[in-house]
Amino acid sequence: MSDHPGKISRRTFMRGTATVAAGVAVIGAPTEAGAQDLAPSRFSSSVTVRFEINGVDHVLDVEPRTTLLDAVRERLQLTGTKKGCNRGECGACTVLMDDRRVNSCLILAASTDGRKITTIEGLADGPVLHPVQQAFIDHDAFQCGFCTSGQIMSAVGCIAEGHAGSNAEIREWMSGNLCRCSAYPQIAAAVEAAAGEIV
Amino acid sequence: MRNFSYAQATSRADAIALLQQPETMSIAGGTELLNWKRIGIVEPARVVDITGIPDMEGVEALPNGGVRIGALTKLNDVAQHALIRDAYPVFSQAILKAASAQIRNLATIGGNPLQRVRCAYFRAEEPTPCNKRVAGSGCSAVAGIHDKHAIFGWTEDCVAVHPADPPVALAALDAAYVIENAKGVRRVPVQDIHVMPSENPAWHNILGNGDLITAIEIGAAATTSAYLKIRERESFEYATVSAAVALDLDGDVIRRARIALGSVAMRPWRLNATEQQLVGQRIGSSEAVAAVDAGFVDARPLSSNAYKITIARNATLRAIELAARAA
Amino acid sequence: MSNLGEPVPRSDGKIKVNGSARFAADQSLPGQLHAVFVSSTIPAGRVANIDTGLALGLPGVVRVLVAGDLPPLHADFNETMVPPLATKSIPMQSDEILHEGQPIAIVLAETLEAAEAGARAVRATYAPAPYINPEAAAPDAVDPERGGYSYLDASEFLKGDPEAAMTSAAHVVQAEYAQPTRHANPMEPSAILASWSGDNLTVYDSVQHLPAVQANLAATFGLERAAVRVISPHTGGGFGVKGYVWPHELLAAMAARVMRRPVKLVLTRRDMYGMVGTQPRVTQEIRLGADSTGKLVSMTHVVSNVTGLTEDYIEFATVPSRSFYACDNISNLQLVRRGNMTLPTYMRSPAEGPGSWALGSAMDELARAVGMDPIDLRLASYAEVDPVSGDPWSSKKLREAYALGSERFGWRSRPAGGTLDGHWRIGCGMADCSQGVTRFGSTVRVLLKADGTARFESSLCDVGQGPATIFAQVVGEILGLSPDRVHAVTGDTNLPPAGPTYGSATTISTGTALHQAATAVRDRLARLCGWPVAEIAMRGGSIVRGTESRTIEAVLSEAGVSELSGDGALEIENYADAGLPGFPARSFGAIFVEVGVDPELGLLRLRRATGAYSVGRILNARTARSQMIGGIVWGWGQAAMEASHFEPSLGRWHAKDLANVVLPVNADIPPEIDIAFVDEFDPNAGPLGVRSVGTMAATGVAAAVANAVYDAIGIRVRELPITPDKLVQG
Repeated sequence: MSDHPGKISRRTFMRGTATVAAGVAVIGAPTEAGAQDLAPSRFSSSVTVRFEINGVDHVLDVEPRTTLLDAVRERLQLTGTKKGCNRGECGACTVLMDDRRVNSCLILAASTDGRKITTIEGLADGPVLHPVQQAFIDHDAFQCGFCTSGQIMSAVGCIAEGHAGSNAEIREWMSGNLCRCSAYPQIAAAVEAAAGEIV
Repeated sequence: MRNFSYAQATSRADAIALLQQPETMSIAGGTELLNWKRIGIVEPARVVDITGIPDMEGVEALPNGGVRIGALTKLNDVAQHALIRDAYPVFSQAILKAASAQIRNLATIGGNPLQRVRCAYFRAEEPTPCNKRVAGSGCSAVAGIHDKHAIFGWTEDCVAVHPADPPVALAALDAAYVIENAKGVRRVPVQDIHVMPSENPAWHNILGNGDLITAIEIGAAATTSAYLKIRERESFEYATVSAAVALDLDGDVIRRARIALGSVAMRPWRLNATEQQLVGQRIGSSEAVAAVDAGFVDARPLSSNAYKITIARNATLRAIELAARAA
Repeated sequence: MSNLGEPVPRSDGKIKVNGSARFAADQSLPGQLHAVFVSSTIPAGRVANIDTGLALGLPGVVRVLVAGDLPPLHADFNETMVPPLATKSIPMQSDEILHEGQPIAIVLAETLEAAEAGARAVRATYAPAPYINPEAAAPDAVDPERGGYSYLDASEFLKGDPEAAMTSAAHVVQAEYAQPTRHANPMEPSAILASWSGDNLTVYDSVQHLPAVQANLAATFGLERAAVRVISPHTGGGFGVKGYVWPHELLAAMAARVMRRPVKLVLTRRDMYGMVGTQPRVTQEIRLGADSTGKLVSMTHVVSNVTGLTEDYIEFATVPSRSFYACDNISNLQLVRRGNMTLPTYMRSPAEGPGSWALGSAMDELARAVGMDPIDLRLASYAEVDPVSGDPWSSKKLREAYALGSERFGWRSRPAGGTLDGHWRIGCGMADCSQGVTRFGSTVRVLLKADGTARFESSLCDVGQGPATIFAQVVGEILGLSPDRVHAVTGDTNLPPAGPTYGSATTISTGTALHQAATAVRDRLARLCGWPVAEIAMRGGSIVRGTESRTIEAVLSEAGVSELSGDGALEIENYADAGLPGFPARSFGAIFVEVGVDPELGLLRLRRATGAYSVGRILNARTARSQMIGGIVWGWGQAAMEASHFEPSLGRWHAKDLANVVLPVNADIPPEIDIAFVDEFDPNAGPLGVRSVGTMAATGVAAAVANAVYDAIGIRVRELPITPDKLVQG
């Protein structure tokens, strides 16, 4: 144990910085200038993404740092998908990617080339609500409605994954979606009812 | 976040080559890297997307009775794979207790051990003394708020714990990471990948330039096993303490015990003394309790986390009970 | 007739489940700039220098505004009131720093990504000053000169001679209870899109009270109120922290003014810790004295809460000890601990929320000291009249609520404390729930159209409690229309100004105005028919007199009238009151919980809960039930996990996210949350017979849980939250 926090030898310090990164090489002094100047040709600073959103093909040029969430909300104006924390800690941004529920705030839009994305806007069949959407109304499974898009997309995934077998299983597998109005019992009941209908 | 340039690796060799570039990091599930960048923990100029690399996903049986899991396999897919669920319940349970359903659909099993500590000082967006943020800047937690911090192996320079659940189970299963780099392939025991603060408080793990975790290998089946996770809320929270136990039983007599604790140190913490003393003891006997106590002789609380020692000890006993029940 | 209203589904259900409800951050305007704050990383001192060079060099960054770049507050601002302005201390009007997290610069960029990167690239240096940790500050008397919060209730109260009575009491319990600071963390972070057209300002905002935002923005720039339009059709949860007007709203409008472009500002989750209020840390000393029969003879209650340096926010946790029970000798005192922190605010549930935690725990301690069931102890000091004024309550059916809740929960036949279920030890606890009624001035217009549909217009915002739904029921009932033929037009200051959506005041305030407006429309329709108002009824889209019946369509088309309108207003002197004069109004109830405690592992889990309430008439059984469930879950969070810790050496919140600050998740809440309402119509509270609902639901719960924990394992926890460290036993 070192009694002096700063007492790290130069050798270990160097080795430390060289391994800070996950699986990888590392980081010198941060430069705020565009990264593209230093980048070898394989790296690009703008990425063209072709993906399908809600059944419609889109082609989008994005900066590598743009998340799927921001691309969907700010570029495509599909604002049903919400940003509650931008850290993967609340689930409000949940969408389906290739039919699996994921946090869109943790996905680079650049990595979604060729993917199929479904947001809340793509769930209903025209004017006919998806059974999960209808169940949320029937069970009063929301109050303010801000987390609801994410809850519903998560519920669709939960049912498709086969994790809606019991109320307890639903509650566990729906715990990635916070609801501060705290409609949890109604949400679990809605998912349970919708699962029965979808099967 | 600072902008960066982006490339998709087409093979392991391609990824390893791309990762040789300065200021370059890899991304797979993305559940950590994007947050690090938002917080300001890392600011890479280049990011290599490794999710498109073939042959790094899936679970396969090995001829010796074990399994090999591709590093890019999603957490949910690992946990629910029949080979894992049936043969390694402790591992399946540990994965399913981690994060949330949607994060487990993104996060990869190879990226999972590379997540960094959850210490709020480390995760602060404001400048805060933390040796893992700025080497040599000191540790705010040792004299600050540390009720969830380490009870084993901490130093004045870092008292954080590694938060991941799956590596705790893997440690109890004596699993190994397969790591590739430009020089070749090596296997590293799971608990050896993390770096204790006594070795270097600034480090997170031993991976270096161009190192890529490509797979995880686990030995023979461990059906008599269980994972117990203690936390304030019932789900979607990091552990206060967790315990992974794998037993070989003869009736109710322990022939072999492997026990690892999570969220008590900077790496999964094997209770070696306990494991040795448990051999030949009956489940639930006073000797078994004494054996568990022996594993905590070197536990050392911080000023406000002594309760974790009690919980860890009791969780160990309870996990032994759960594992035995799985027999 | 039952006073439990029809469980009509929410009128905004469809747009909430298909993603088309547009919240403030979902709005966009052509040419808008994205704003991201740079905030102070020190708790006290001055900004020495802000280097914007790196940020301005980033592609997409248009401008970095610092203090000197913003317009000064107009002289009208001096006349604004705190509250509803949250604080007069507006950042970036000088270089002074009063708390960590205070905005010091605004980065404006063409894209959100560029603005975020720009904010990270701004380099600030500071001249730090010694700061005061509010949690370590000595309690001080409330200063009425520091803002207007002290006028909202009594900081001191004395009745009888509590000290003398205490010495003669047969039983005395005395304890100190504490609860940590908690952040509301509504799922929707506060957001505002501000746009100027000449000297007219329009904002899309995320708020609980539109007219307050309008008035304060107008004062900020010296404009007429009419020059400011606030639009807020949906708010993604408020829980109090969007109730008052916070500085970021003013700063966004200032930035738009300077830039001559619309500015969209969405607070980050981190900003929600530093830029809007919180429920403050509260410590409470309570002494209860009872005679040998358990009747309360003396109560003393001293409360202190942390607050900021500029205004004294007061968490009136003493309210319960002067309003829950009959007692001849009561003393209350409110104190504050001032320090460098963001000003606290009213958060679900204020006053009675913290107060009921301490008093509900102390009553349980007293029940055990006396050897009485906690319900019987409460019945021994049942307050038939308001203990403060001595006036009769508008209506109170708490006895019935005790009986109803006790019966449904099985209180009298509950398992013995400590009963084992596997490794779990079971415990049961109960406590009182109560919240005083607040009414705010409110106006509304009702319009009846020739096609037999109606609409009501009001600036009210539906934060999720469902007023748009229940008000359609109210109008429908008066005009004889099914609720789906009544449309809500809300969330815009161009509409008649409504009172706020907080304090459970919406239904009784705006609802009273609405009742008046709809009745006026009905009366006009009767006059068009030439029928005496007293003789008509409205049914199925028709006006009916005896055996005669005419459709609304027929009456209006014959009269050549396309639309009949009626205005309604609840006029309140001095902005707000506590019910009809002479009738103190308060909602009552009891919460019963069963918990499991695993003392070896330090685990606490909710097994089931029953809430039974006396709240007056229930207009919609479905939305009311949801509010009560939500409140109980809030109470569970308060009891079992929620806390924001002030880091003493850094002078800031230790964690500002949703990972290191835990809130309940779905798996925490069992399906067995049972809600019941006493059949009640409160004729003295207003024409609708309602009092208040949602805020009360979060009161009492923490005490019931702590009481249940004691029942289970014999440990009395007096500091929230009840975390594993407080429960674990060798």
